[in-house]
Amino acid sequence: MNEYIPQADKEFILKELKRYETPISALIPSLFCIQKRHGWVPAEAVKELSLLSDLPESRINEVLNFYTMFNKKPVGQLHVQVCCNVSCAMNGGRELAKHICETYKVGFEQVSPCGTVTVSPVECLGACDKAPMMQVGQAYYEDLTNESALEVLEKLAFEKAKVSAHV
Amino acid sequence: MSESQLLTEHYHKDTYKSLKGYQADGGYEVLKKAFKMEPQAIIDEVKASGLRGRGGAGFPTGVKWGFLPRNDETRYLLCNADEGEPGTFKDRMMMERAPHQLIEGMIISAFAINSPKSYIYIRGEYDQCIETVTAAIKEAYDAGLLGENILGSGFKHDMDVYYGAGAYICGDETGMISSLEGLKGQPKLKPPFPAVQGYLKKPTIVNNVETLAAVIPIIDKGAEAYKAIGTEKSSGTKLFSVSGCVEKAGNFEVPLGYPLMDLIELAGGLRPGRKLKAVIPGGSSAPVLTAEECLTAKMDYEDLSAKGSMLGSGAVMVIDDSQNMVDLLGVIMHFYHHESCGQCTPCREGTGWLSKMVHSILEGKGRIADLDLILKVANQMKGKTICALSDAAALPALSFVTKFRDEFEDYIKRGHQYAAEALHV
Repeated sequence: MNEYIPQADKEFILKELKRYETPISALIPSLFCIQKRHGWVPAEAVKELSLLSDLPESRINEVLNFYTMFNKKPVGQLHVQVCCNVSCAMNGGRELAKHICETYKVGFEQVSPCGTVTVSPVECLGACDKAPMMQVGQAYYEDLTNESALEVLEKLAFEKAKVSAHV
Repeated sequence: MSESQLLTEHYHKDTYKSLKGYQADGGYEVLKKAFKMEPQAIIDEVKASGLRGRGGAGFPTGVKWGFLPRNDETRYLLCNADEGEPGTFKDRMMMERAPHQLIEGMIISAFAINSPKSYIYIRGEYDQCIETVTAAIKEAYDAGLLGENILGSGFKHDMDVYYGAGAYICGDETGMISSLEGLKGQPKLKPPFPAVQGYLKKPTIVNNVETLAAVIPIIDKGAEAYKAIGTEKSSGTKLFSVSGCVEKAGNFEVPLGYPLMDLIELAGGLRPGRKLKAVIPGGSSAPVLTAEECLTAKMDYEDLSAKGSMLGSGAVMVIDDSQNMVDLLGVIMHFYHHESCGQCTPCREGTGWLSKMVHSILEGKGRIADLDLILKVANQMKGKTICALSDAAALPALSFVTKFRDEFEDYIKRGHQYAAEALHV
């Protein structure tokens, strides 16, 4: 039981269910909580969330599928979101996204063979003055070149590997 | 220049983020002044100032507040911090550098409209803003600036942060309300307007971050002083996010009516050896201006509207002669197709067709007749839907194809040469 939503997350979700004027408003924060744990939102977790929140699975799936930030399938350890909207496009955002894909031998929205990265071209992230830019996890990396972006990713991948080696 | 920095004067100070630093520069003093005023007098002052919504629609703020029903129903204040209009990054800076300015502006506004509860709806990608604003709200509670009996005024107000999960459409005020209600972020038919029936069917005022912050200088210096800045019909200052093909992209606060070419100079001007080709003056929804139109353009509501464009969110995207207009329209059309919420047919289908047609040109499969078809489809999308997204997609399509028709025709004729270099993502 409760394999997908461990106790700590359960406590967070129960708090969120009481935080807003209506419990259903807790869906977005709850789905983010699940995604933080698993990297994506598995169907089993939606089932558990439904039991926990007393909201039908259909309502949860409706919200899950509407918003682009929720991953509906597994992603690599590093979810690399490269802005490809107008200002970034004018400053090499799309070339950067492709360069990262080629380096990691992976297509958009796929998990690289080594499991390290998933590259998603995304819409404007509000950092147009520092184009091109990417968001990895929650952090922004700005004013990138092909080289500096790969350096960032290598460093982040190294840190992830170090953490999992300790576990 | 300093008289025009009503909001950003202290933004360069790292301390301005914290309550202490904000108070050291006069923060929360205007709130004390506001508490000595009648709530209606605050609304009247904001109305008299001519302040217009800084999020994109430009609706007069005081007038919006005036739509609230005169009864004692609970009303909500909702701050629109879902900044998603491509090219806009001013609200992000405001929240990261001056979270207390937003909070102060919101408490004054909430006091004016007698609202006991407000939410700041921040786009989910802005993790740093969510963290900074959440911490600032906690500081404000601890200092008695939020909660019961604020500063001994007898006014009670609670504030919380809510965050989105990646949907441009939640920047529409009714889409945002749907999202906050835990539903898909789909806009609702108006009327009833949110001021009458909004969040949980209660009267709700939705204002942009910059709008709420601008209430502070208006109450501080008075409507007359605020009106003295800018132009007759576009009063006050505005933050412009300048990006694209410029040397020093960034946010600039200037009086409304500021010449576009001077604004580009503030952003370091064009890159060496480059010529100006076009400017999108108010976020990707705003019709593009040709280089010639830019020469006389002034950054205010009236002048840009007279030029067939709009001030929008104040996102100025500068396009130089290294860029291809067909390529950029492809990027913009892909965006609107991706972000259409799908409930209105003209938008759901229209954005898809526009994107397909422009991309077929990009792939070298275009025909000259496609250009008129793009115009026809775009014209049929205008004014026929629940929210403004459909128009926002149609306007750039119409302006790009009309004003840069030669470039589109040339691309179609030599499509095979270009297509090999086209960047699809």
